[in-house]
Amino acid sequence: MNDNRFSDNRAWFLALPAVLMVAFASLIPFMAVVNYSVQIVFSMQNHAFVGWETFRDALTNEEFRSAFYRQVIYTAIVLGVEVPLGIGVALTMPRSGKAVGPVLVVLALPLLVPWNVVGLIWQIFSRGDIGLFGAFVNNWLHLDYNYSTGFFSAWFTVIIMSVWHWTSLVALLCYAGLCAIPGAFYQAARIDGASRWAVFRFIELPKLRGVLTIAILLRFVYSFKVYAEPLIVTGGGPGSTTTFMTEMLANTALGQFEYGKAAAYGLLYFLVILLISYIFYIVLTRVGTNEGGE
Amino acid sequence: MVRRIGLTLFILFLLIPIYWLVTMSFKSNQEIITQLSLWPSDWTLEHYRTIFDHPDWRGAFLHSLSYVLINVAITLPLAIPAAYAFSRFNFLGDKHLFFWLLTNLMAPPAVFLIPYFQLYHSIHLFDTVFAVALAHTLFNLPLAVWILEGFMSGVPREIDETAYLDGYSLPRFFIKIFLPLIGSGIGVAAFFCFMFSWIELLLVQTLTTTNATPIPTMMGSAFTASGTNWGLLAAAGTLTLVPGVIVIWFVRNRIASGFALGRV
Amino acid sequence: MALIRFDGVAHSYSGHARQDSDYALQPMNFRWEDGGAYALLGPSGCGKSTLLNICSGLLAPSEGRVYFDDQDVTAMSPEKRNIAQVFQFPVLYDSMSVYDNLAFPLRNRRVARPQIDKRVREVAAMLDLEDVLKRRASGLGAELKQKISMGRGLVRDDTSAILFDEPLTVIDPQLKWRLRRQLKEVHKQFSHTLIYVTHDQIEALTFAEKVVVMSDGEMVQVGTPQALFERPEHTFVGYFIGSPGMNFLPCSIANGAAVVGSTHIPLTDAQAGAAAKHGSGNDQFKLGIRPEFVTRAAGDNGLKVSVTHVADMGEFRLVTAKLEGHEIKIKLPVEAGEVDTGEMAVEFPSRWVCLYRNERLIGDEVTS
Repeated sequence: MNDNRFSDNRAWFLALPAVLMVAFASLIPFMAVVNYSVQIVFSMQNHAFVGWETFRDALTNEEFRSAFYRQVIYTAIVLGVEVPLGIGVALTMPRSGKAVGPVLVVLALPLLVPWNVVGLIWQIFSRGDIGLFGAFVNNWLHLDYNYSTGFFSAWFTVIIMSVWHWTSLVALLCYAGLCAIPGAFYQAARIDGASRWAVFRFIELPKLRGVLTIAILLRFVYSFKVYAEPLIVTGGGPGSTTTFMTEMLANTALGQFEYGKAAAYGLLYFLVILLISYIFYIVLTRVGTNEGGE
Repeated sequence: MVRRIGLTLFILFLLIPIYWLVTMSFKSNQEIITQLSLWPSDWTLEHYRTIFDHPDWRGAFLHSLSYVLINVAITLPLAIPAAYAFSRFNFLGDKHLFFWLLTNLMAPPAVFLIPYFQLYHSIHLFDTVFAVALAHTLFNLPLAVWILEGFMSGVPREIDETAYLDGYSLPRFFIKIFLPLIGSGIGVAAFFCFMFSWIELLLVQTLTTTNATPIPTMMGSAFTASGTNWGLLAAAGTLTLVPGVIVIWFVRNRIASGFALGRV
Repeated sequence: MALIRFDGVAHSYSGHARQDSDYALQPMNFRWEDGGAYALLGPSGCGKSTLLNICSGLLAPSEGRVYFDDQDVTAMSPEKRNIAQVFQFPVLYDSMSVYDNLAFPLRNRRVARPQIDKRVREVAAMLDLEDVLKRRASGLGAELKQKISMGRGLVRDDTSAILFDEPLTVIDPQLKWRLRRQLKEVHKQFSHTLIYVTHDQIEALTFAEKVVVMSDGEMVQVGTPQALFERPEHTFVGYFIGSPGMNFLPCSIANGAAVVGSTHIPLTDAQAGAAAKHGSGNDQFKLGIRPEFVTRAAGDNGLKVSVTHVADMGEFRLVTAKLEGHEIKIKLPVEAGEVDTGEMAVEFPSRWVCLYRNERLIGDEVTS
């Protein structure tokens, strides 16, 4: 939002339909979740108020905590790979010429694959028996690779799948940012005798801050909510080594019918996402903009 | 040169798994299980024929496309005026409202599963495509408002002022002048709504059972105890790529600015 | 500091030109004198930025050689040429302080730290940037930013030329003159060769010692501001410089006079001679006179024009009139008296009349 706007409270009427719709889609269910979170639900008709009990339970519950730690590690790895790789890909993409269109279409393609199909693609690609990749690693490289039994194989698979699925998002965002840098900046840098690294460090990276903020936020949020892809490939295993937050929550709510517990977990989960997103946002928009210089 | 090689490798990395999926859909199940062939040795359309002949499969594609399109049709008319309000006006609580809308983008759908189930049951929409379409506004409406607000803020405010001075009413100005100006923004917003609704899984599976079975559920049923019909799954997976490819082709020139949400 | 010499330089963006119209820059030979302050003036798309980029080395000409003094620099990269360029929009390294921005070109060249500090402070003093040295560059106003861009060019003491590509576009009008004056001071102090591209004639005429007027990829005239005004060598220059531009009247030549319809306008001997010498049936002649130089004739002796419109501009009146059906503009001082629409007699003083053959000035030897 820019600061140069008309002051008029009647604008509320323009926003109202959207607000009502989102309220219906999110606020009503949210209230219900809050209500459940302080109860033990035996059945739809039979619940008992337990207050903070469920939250205290969540914080000490082994299942919740281990899923949470796995989630943090997964997100950290995924961001750590996809953000630099995405920037790198964006730097190599052509800015003009006939190749631009096809390259953009190919890059955007994984983003439009339904999440369960992403899982399917990597399942049939990585299986030792029918998968090209799985067979290649097992039969040619003679490495023991089986994502349904091996811990490292499973983690490797869910991470490379995320890289395949989402790096394009970072790359496309950065590409858009790079295209918006006027040619004069590169020309000035050449005249100033800047090295390629200096051009990246002092021109491209600062100009990418806005789009990188969006990219990192979106990637954080979506990786933290990851569900279908690892579920379909590894089923959360071996054991529960690739069971992440959403799957744990779905299991608790739908598998074990513990609505109260699931609701409390869910609220904490939502709060964590909001909190970390907020911290990311503050850090990313403040970093490198403080007045004062050296 | 090094850059070209790097980019080519990345593109191969993206394309090879898709290639494997697509070629597998043209192989017989016998061939899939017994030999790892890079190219189908015996082309077959049997999996596609199964899908097109089977009413359940046809229905699944129809349901999925329906809720996606209904969602876009609900989202855009609501998002456009709201985005205009946020981009042009200062009003009571505007910043908080905008922030609240955005928090819904971050909400994990898993949290809402049970309440959604109950909510749509109680209004008798459960197991219809409308339930899914409405549920998807949870994240699509805030996203569309966010994208459109970015594009609208790129249009100078002077255009509005001039139009009002020329005696345009708000609705007439909006339709005659403003909408054509942000046409590409609307296209991009529609693209994203389509995309996120098309790829979502958890809410779709929660809100439908038998009458509005979507593709993911149908695909799930292809894993059976007696063995998995890989060829059929691959064919269904390949078909789910088609709408995406068509949509991308239409917005290919706007993809980059679209992914930046109009903010570059 | 260097003399920049163009030897047959031409540029075509398609790589190889087959015909004249393929050239963004027509083949040219030119010497930019050491320490000169040049303005490169022309409408957008005339090739002036192309020319500038060839000087700086951002663009390699498709034909010809570029020399700095005696060194052939055609294939040399911008940073090796030791030139500085200031762009239309301020180009700054946003994440750096003003000090670091100014020091950047020196650090890239691995200059010793005390030397860097000394130069940065000198340049900052010269451009009045001392107060903001520690500030972050991104938060400053357009004028300061543009000064920093300029400072980055000046900070290297071996800079051979500073090139400006419409540097005042984003500056508020009231600040433009201040920055321009500072630029002139810098030039006086350091006598770098300055090449200043602009499409604004006021900017060009007030800044430069020599103005190069370009049109369609060609240098149509190089001269002092005064010469451009008084003796445009090409009708384009006459029309482009001045407000309003020069009046042009298509004419034929007969008996040492220019004939426009039934009106005879006397020419100088040199003009008549030049016209007679080259004249052939296909030549197009035009008579040119500045609106400022047309005077009101005493009595009825002058040329008859019919006034169609008079605009009072304060110190002068801008008269629009018809002469034999051709529209001309006349700037009359207020002292010349009231002007009404209708008939009026004017004079074209012969020392201000220019004669053009196929758009080029002829017969100028005696009067100049």
